[in-house]
Amino acid sequence: MADNNPFPGENNTGHIWDDNLRELDNPPPRWWMIAFWASIIWVAGYGILYPMIPGLTGYTKGIMGWTQIGEYQEGVAEVEKVRGEFEAQLQGMTAKEILANEGLSSYTIASAKVLFGDNCAACHGSNGQGGPGFPVIADDDWLYGGAVETIEQTITNGRMGVMPAHAKLLSEGEVDKLAAAVMSGNPAAEPLYMEKACFACHGPDGRGMQALGSANLTDAVWRFNEADQQASVKQTIRHGVNDTSDPMSRAAVMPKFGDRLSANEIKKLAVYVYKLGGGQ
Amino acid sequence: MSDNPQSRHDAVVDELYAEAVHWEINTGEETIHAKRVPGKWRILKWLASLVWVPFFLGPYLRWDDRQAILFDIPNRQFHLLGITILPQDFWMLSLLLLFFAILLAVVTALAGRVWCGFFCFQTVWTDVFTWLEEKLEGPPQKRKKLDQGALTFTKVRIKVTKHTLWLVIGALTGISFVAWFTDAYQLWVDLFRFNLGATAVVTILLFIAGTYVLAGYLREQACFWLCPYARIQGVMVDNTTAVPTYDFHRGEPRGRVKKGGGEAQRTTGDCVDCNQCVAVCPTGVDIRQGQQEGCITCALCIDACDAVMEKLDRPKGLIRYESLDVLNGKEERPLYKRPRVWVYSLVLLLSLTGIGYGMATLDAIEIKVIHSRQPLYVLQSDGSIQNKYTIKVLNKLTEDLQVTITAPDVEGLVLVGADEPVTARKGMVTARTVFVRIPREKITAESQPMVFFAETTDSSGELLVSKRESVFIAPR
Repeated sequence: MADNNPFPGENNTGHIWDDNLRELDNPPPRWWMIAFWASIIWVAGYGILYPMIPGLTGYTKGIMGWTQIGEYQEGVAEVEKVRGEFEAQLQGMTAKEILANEGLSSYTIASAKVLFGDNCAACHGSNGQGGPGFPVIADDDWLYGGAVETIEQTITNGRMGVMPAHAKLLSEGEVDKLAAAVMSGNPAAEPLYMEKACFACHGPDGRGMQALGSANLTDAVWRFNEADQQASVKQTIRHGVNDTSDPMSRAAVMPKFGDRLSANEIKKLAVYVYKLGGGQ
Repeated sequence: MSDNPQSRHDAVVDELYAEAVHWEINTGEETIHAKRVPGKWRILKWLASLVWVPFFLGPYLRWDDRQAILFDIPNRQFHLLGITILPQDFWMLSLLLLFFAILLAVVTALAGRVWCGFFCFQTVWTDVFTWLEEKLEGPPQKRKKLDQGALTFTKVRIKVTKHTLWLVIGALTGISFVAWFTDAYQLWVDLFRFNLGATAVVTILLFIAGTYVLAGYLREQACFWLCPYARIQGVMVDNTTAVPTYDFHRGEPRGRVKKGGGEAQRTTGDCVDCNQCVAVCPTGVDIRQGQQEGCITCALCIDACDAVMEKLDRPKGLIRYESLDVLNGKEERPLYKRPRVWVYSLVLLLSLTGIGYGMATLDAIEIKVIHSRQPLYVLQSDGSIQNKYTIKVLNKLTEDLQVTITAPDVEGLVLVGADEPVTARKGMVTARTVFVRIPREKITAESQPMVFFAETTDSSGELLVSKRESVFIAPR
């Protein structure tokens, strides 16, 4: 090669094409070589410090003892530590006391959002906007009362109000009349309201009774809100709510959370619900 | 040249490779030991380097009870003298970056790589490193000899001193950098107590390594092969750009000076081929081959050439700042006739105006109003419609403020949750949820504008106001 090289002295490899196109054997730039060797040193150092090479029964662990799950757990522990200070404060406080403290109620609302999403949002909507057949809890209309203690009780023990079916007790004409009266917003004006003992549960003025969970018939909020509201009212009068003797009765059950969530979690949820917009 | 196709082919090949001879491909195999000569440009270069002094001293300036300029990353704040700039105002940063990018463009278009040659940290740090090298090891010839010489005690002593000084400069650079991001005085205290945080330690170590390798070893290699700006600036230069240029009309044909030869019968140009311009070049290029990728336009060759010309009684300026157009006898195009200057100046002016506007209208408090999207509205038992808003109060001052939130004067409007003022913590965003209720019959549209006001007074009694428009949404 060297003997008949037509371009001597220029450090070519002897590979020549088309008379003069040849491959030179020049060194790579200095910086490139520095980076190259630095990378190799880096890999060696990394291999000593961190997990690196897989084997048949495990892998090289590295002397730092670092693991991905370990790093995750450290992060979780760090968050728990920050939350722990707040949680410790919440532990000894009532829901009402939490509401009085702006910082703590902010923390409670932020941390109860997940609880609400897991346990409440399926029926009451992600922000308490309710759903078909399920009450809105962001408004100021409460069947059992909107005080934070009452909300706490509702979550702990659940609720299941009952309205008997009236299909067998009332004629079609009477149902029509009562429905029209309820729609008017002043059911007490209709003689049938007293005659058929509606007042026993809904009160003499039709405002409902929070002790029973009976609906307020005079306000703008409907417990069973449908496009044809009059038909909805008639349906409720005829078949009632949670009346086991009538298969067409409306089902309206708030399940009991006392055995699923801790008292502390329920307390936080009560504060959260209270702050959705309608707490009283 | 004959018409023979073979010889024509050969002629093309010859021409091709004749050009290749001039390619300066410096891969760093040989360390460039540039000679240092005194001169006008040398002084200017030192003066230009002084722009880096504030980098080292700036962090120690105080303003009230804190650092005058502090990039407080953990708290997401930037303190500039008496002003605190929060991420909300950082749109100004993009204008600042635009300003400097265009400044680089305009300077390069007018006078070449001024940044590279005079101001760039790579150039300045390398300059200081090689200055130390010259002080310790002597001029280039001596340095080369020392490098090749045997490992004597003197050599070890000199080398150890040099590398230690380099590392100290690297450490000072790193510490100064970190000092912009944390309290500078506390940083030194922590440093001497070996109590620095991991981020600070790693940053300082990276700076030591970076400074040592880049200014100590890579030097011009960084400009040749690493730096993207070196290439970008190359395309900003045109025929009207004044750059250090060898006047080949005057210099060629170059020839050595003959002893005793009279000036009168000289047949050569002014260039005496003394190679001083190459010897002083920190990137090792030959300026006589014209403007090239390796030239950082530091103008040191001008000093070297002028010194030689002065000794030989020939006019100075054989190498000088000149544009290619002027060199070739064209008239210099005045600044105002260059469209680039106009466009660049306009962008510079716009970005400066934007920054000025931003700084002048920095509000002490600022509110954001987030209308709850789900549900958009809630029907209340009395028939009114309720909307939920999260109001975020940003307090840029260094004191807590009691901010009162108010809603517009709509008939029947009830604002719930704003009875007590929001305690807006200093330098932070404080959120408050409020509700607005409007009776149904007072609602005019499905979506109507709703302006919130925030009002407070600071400790000096100055009234601070911020307003933000949102909407009130109601069912059809």
